[in-house]
Amino acid sequence: MELLYEELMDHYKDPRNYGVLKDFDIKESDSNPLCGDEILFTIKLEDERIKDIKFSGAGCAISRSSDSILTEYVKGRSINEILKMSNDDFLKIYGFKPSAMRVKCALLGFIALKKAILRYLNQPIKNVP
Amino acid sequence: MRKDDFPLLKNRKIVYLDSAATSQKPSIVIEAMNDFYTRYNSNVHRGVYSISEEATLEYEKAREKVAEFINALPSEIIFTRGTTESLNLLAYSLIDDLKENDEILLSEMEHHSNLVPWQQLAKKNNIKLKFIHINKNGQLDFDPNLINNKTKIVSLVHVSNVLGTINDIKKIAKEAHDKGALFILDGAQSVGHMKIDVKDLDVDFLAFSSHKMLGPMGIGVLYGKSDLLETMNPFLYGGDMIKQVSLYETRFNDVPWKFEAGTPNVASVIGLKKAIEYINEIGIDDIEKHNRKLVKYTVEKLKKLGIKVYGTPKLNVISFNIDGMHPHDVSSLLNQNRICIRGGHMCCMPLMKKLSVNGVCRVSFNLYNEKKDVDELIKALNEILILAEKNGIAV
Repeated sequence: MELLYEELMDHYKDPRNYGVLKDFDIKESDSNPLCGDEILFTIKLEDERIKDIKFSGAGCAISRSSDSILTEYVKGRSINEILKMSNDDFLKIYGFKPSAMRVKCALLGFIALKKAILRYLNQPIKNVP
Repeated sequence: MRKDDFPLLKNRKIVYLDSAATSQKPSIVIEAMNDFYTRYNSNVHRGVYSISEEATLEYEKAREKVAEFINALPSEIIFTRGTTESLNLLAYSLIDDLKENDEILLSEMEHHSNLVPWQQLAKKNNIKLKFIHINKNGQLDFDPNLINNKTKIVSLVHVSNVLGTINDIKKIAKEAHDKGALFILDGAQSVGHMKIDVKDLDVDFLAFSSHKMLGPMGIGVLYGKSDLLETMNPFLYGGDMIKQVSLYETRFNDVPWKFEAGTPNVASVIGLKKAIEYINEIGIDDIEKHNRKLVKYTVEKLKKLGIKVYGTPKLNVISFNIDGMHPHDVSSLLNQNRICIRGGHMCCMPLMKKLSVNGVCRVSFNLYNEKKDVDELIKALNEILILAEKNGIAV
């Protein structure tokens, strides 16, 4: 039996950027109806780039480790660059392909982040899968 | 107990412990449906040729079989898509008779199917919802004062799909009737698992699903007392539910057909009949005893491992959690050992909130499960506990 690859396990046990920013420009929460996982992002922007980001919420090993990796990856990147990323792009960065049912867990944070940015930009969020 | 009757369990090397979600089907059920499609597939109630007559006859015989199974009359049995549709039918049909500020009483342990229809219609019609709370043993904390002369409907689950609690229905149904309220029972987890006699329980309505009691998917039942069904409005309009139609008026069919608009799921109804015959042949009391024994055995083993079990499981369902691990992680790990359990909120988000958890792991049984299945589960859970400890996850 194996819960997660070692590297992901480390993110699960010791998630990076976990918590809530006091000073933020974006606040977005989302949930996964499959497992009841919830996520809350707080984001501080500077020149259309993510200056700081934190996530919090209760989740499974996959969602927690993917949120940890996601927040590490996006820090310092421009929001336009993040919007251009596809789900598969993120799964490659995550480095682990969960089973079909649980791909949602790995993508929960990524999709919520894209929605948050679109909402911030006052753009329609319909096209986010 | 007769595992060999279930083809899927022979074909796949799995330990199936998710029967509360859906049960496996014995071969005679699958064959009966196959027989319909290969020998007399035709629409019911309208054709005058032989195979249509045969289909109609079998369809109506199934209604008689279901009626006999719960001690009702055939005219009191309505075929629906499942428990959810049965409860929606009731909510939409009964809400017409309610006034603003009338009350509907539910409980905190309801499945979303016995909560959301009432909640949404209550909101639209300014009707008040009230809830029976649950105590720390996972039982209903029923106070008779919750029912008053404004209470028009009491709708409760018989056996909790999370806690396995068997609710004392007779007592609450009597209280409801004394105050002039209707009593609705959600029997999704109880029918087919224990003897159900609607006269003895004295419920006005009973909703249940075929696929949780060894029958096919896509078919369910709504039982209703004759005099109530007579006065209720249909929920779906269309073919088969009418007697006479003109461009501006319609006279509805008699009960139960008044509530069965459109072509019914004949094959599944025929499959359900076979499932009931199969259950009768084995004996519902023996099935109940078998499942209760497995539950008792499992709870003891889980507690020995130090795993937290919710409520006081009795009939066929056990929910638990491993500290520090999400139920989906536990389910995925068990899946690596070919063990199928359910993890998540079990369509009972308010109950999860009450239990202060995100979700639970649920194991549930039916007659084909054996002690050996439980032993495999316990062995795998033990390995998970070791894995968790090794990785420094709080246990």
